[in-house]
Amino acid sequence: MKLKKFAGIFAATTLALGVLAGCGADGGKSTDGASTGGSKDSDAIKIGVNLELSGAVASYGTSEADGIQLAIDEINAAGGVDGKELKIIKVDNKSDAAEATNAAIKLTTQDKVVAIIGAATSGATVAQAQIANDNKTPLISPSGTSPTVTVQDNGDVNEFVFRTSFIDPFQGTVAANFAANDLKVKTAAIFSDNASDYSKGLAASFKKDFEAAGGKIVLEESYLAKDSDFRSTLTNIKGANPEFIFIPGYYEEVGLIVKQAREMGIDVPLMGADGWDSPILIDLAGKEALNNTFTTNHYSSEDPDGKIQEFSKKFEEKYGKAPDAFNALGYDTVYLLVDAIERAGGPDSVKIKDALAETKDLELITGLYSVDENHHPIKSATILEYKDGETVFKTKVNP
Amino acid sequence: MEWLQQLINGISLGSIYALIALGYTMVYGIIKLINFAHGEVFMIGAFIGFYSIAGWGFGFIPALLLSMTVCAIIGVIIERVAYKRLRTATRIAALITAIGVSLLIQNGVIYMRGAQPEAYPEVLANKSYNLFGAQISSQAILILSVALVLMIILQFIVHKSKIGKAMRAVSYDSEAAKLMGINVDTTISATFAIGSALAGAAGVIFGIYYTKIDPLMGVIPGLKAFVAAVLGGIGIIPGAMVGGLVLGVVETFVSALGFSLWRDAAAFVILILILIFKPSGIFGKNTREKV
Repeated sequence: MKLKKFAGIFAATTLALGVLAGCGADGGKSTDGASTGGSKDSDAIKIGVNLELSGAVASYGTSEADGIQLAIDEINAAGGVDGKELKIIKVDNKSDAAEATNAAIKLTTQDKVVAIIGAATSGATVAQAQIANDNKTPLISPSGTSPTVTVQDNGDVNEFVFRTSFIDPFQGTVAANFAANDLKVKTAAIFSDNASDYSKGLAASFKKDFEAAGGKIVLEESYLAKDSDFRSTLTNIKGANPEFIFIPGYYEEVGLIVKQAREMGIDVPLMGADGWDSPILIDLAGKEALNNTFTTNHYSSEDPDGKIQEFSKKFEEKYGKAPDAFNALGYDTVYLLVDAIERAGGPDSVKIKDALAETKDLELITGLYSVDENHHPIKSATILEYKDGETVFKTKVNP
Repeated sequence: MEWLQQLINGISLGSIYALIALGYTMVYGIIKLINFAHGEVFMIGAFIGFYSIAGWGFGFIPALLLSMTVCAIIGVIIERVAYKRLRTATRIAALITAIGVSLLIQNGVIYMRGAQPEAYPEVLANKSYNLFGAQISSQAILILSVALVLMIILQFIVHKSKIGKAMRAVSYDSEAAKLMGINVDTTISATFAIGSALAGAAGVIFGIYYTKIDPLMGVIPGLKAFVAAVLGGIGIIPGAMVGGLVLGVVETFVSALGFSLWRDAAAFVILILILIFKPSGIFGKNTREKV
């Protein structure tokens, strides 16, 4: 009881500070008062949160912040970590790589946080990687899916950088295995976006693994983002007669591709990745055209798994809506970090880094999580199927 | 029957280019101005169609007519505000102004409603017909027939009506036309109104056929229509129609041959080739400049 009250006061304080931070002219500095204010500070474990709370991709950042807050409240209500409160210092990087770098410098050198959570996008995370390494502060991106977040161009691993989400090429692997083993198709075509590294990466890994599984790629075609006429290429694809088409793109073009393909009488299963995830996709393609299409994603709130259902319920109670993948990834990142702090035996950044690098079979909402030598997660992906405009949980695929 | 299918794809794409190209070519024919804001009128037409169908529940024909009317008015306003004063200025000044107007409209629309794309509602039932093994959708047939009807009406206006006669006179020699008692300002406004109405119609048809519309959708089709107009012979109405169709078919076949990433490049290669070898276009006569 006493503990709950304590947690309540803590939550209220954080909230008030959050509001203050929002009002401050400089979001980067205004939370400073927090670290010098309370007398409990010596006991608290300070965690930096560096997210896209405003700007172009604010919806990712704010979703993750909600998930993080839920996890922090839960852990503190249950007594914290080794009897210590978790305290978050939240900074808005305004969806800008330079701001993210500034925020990381502030969090590591002034606030002296034990670890940073963020950013939501790969670009803003890469911008902080050097600072994390230099200041020996672990950095965990909840949703940076580019392989370059943890591995530099020369092949060196960023020692202090980790991520919660799987990497892009992995989704291609999952799709290839799903096509070959679950749908049991023998031939496939790939239709990728030539202007996007994301799409090209997925297409390459799909091709490699589908062929490894005994399948045959009958045709590879590409389009350029912002195109709206795909009929001529689709006619070619139809002529090649594949049993399955892999379309790793973003919803704006994919919606049109799916619609035009169905109009031309292509009725084989179509599949994509998390780039499809948007309500606009359904408007563009039409509910009927989307039937018999599949996507890989981080998570589905309809997964019957008990842990996920419990999380969904808690989230809905607090925020009044079903959690999306970013909410779940934010939530999981806190638990991933806390697990490492516990195994490290305390809030020592270098030990936490070592513990993170050894994470194995940790049960998270978005799947069973282990980390490999490149700091890429080995975790399961969820496959969703569109049925009359709704995504339906299909299956979970382990790597 | 893949080639037949590709031909159908190409003609559908080409008839949209042709509709936009008609407006380009008319304006050029009259005041020798390449109206780069024409693609933006096309975009506005698409959005008016979208809001009248999705918001007010209009059917296809009322939405098309409303969009054409509003675009005609916008075309006249653009001409009165931005181009009229520059009629005696250098041609480069008018061209730069046109680019400015184009950017202003794009960003104005983004400011008003954001840059996110919109999905066109399904206002016409879409059925596929089998034609010698190729699929032709009812929407493709509709595009082609609306384009044809509008072009026939346009030909009729230009060659049979009084305003058409005035247009041809102004295009031939605006000073002499003025001396003959033709109101040049009204004639130019009418040209802008008709050209913009066609762009508006193309916008609605584009939305229905390609579903996705956004504030920057006018840029590429606008440039392609410009290429089509030059290809057919800028200033010549049947030339714009043929140029549009040729361009659509060429682009489609470039994709069909497996060079889908080169289709935009193909359009501009055509532009360069035509400017080098026959600047007057397919239908143009080689007139020698008098010295």
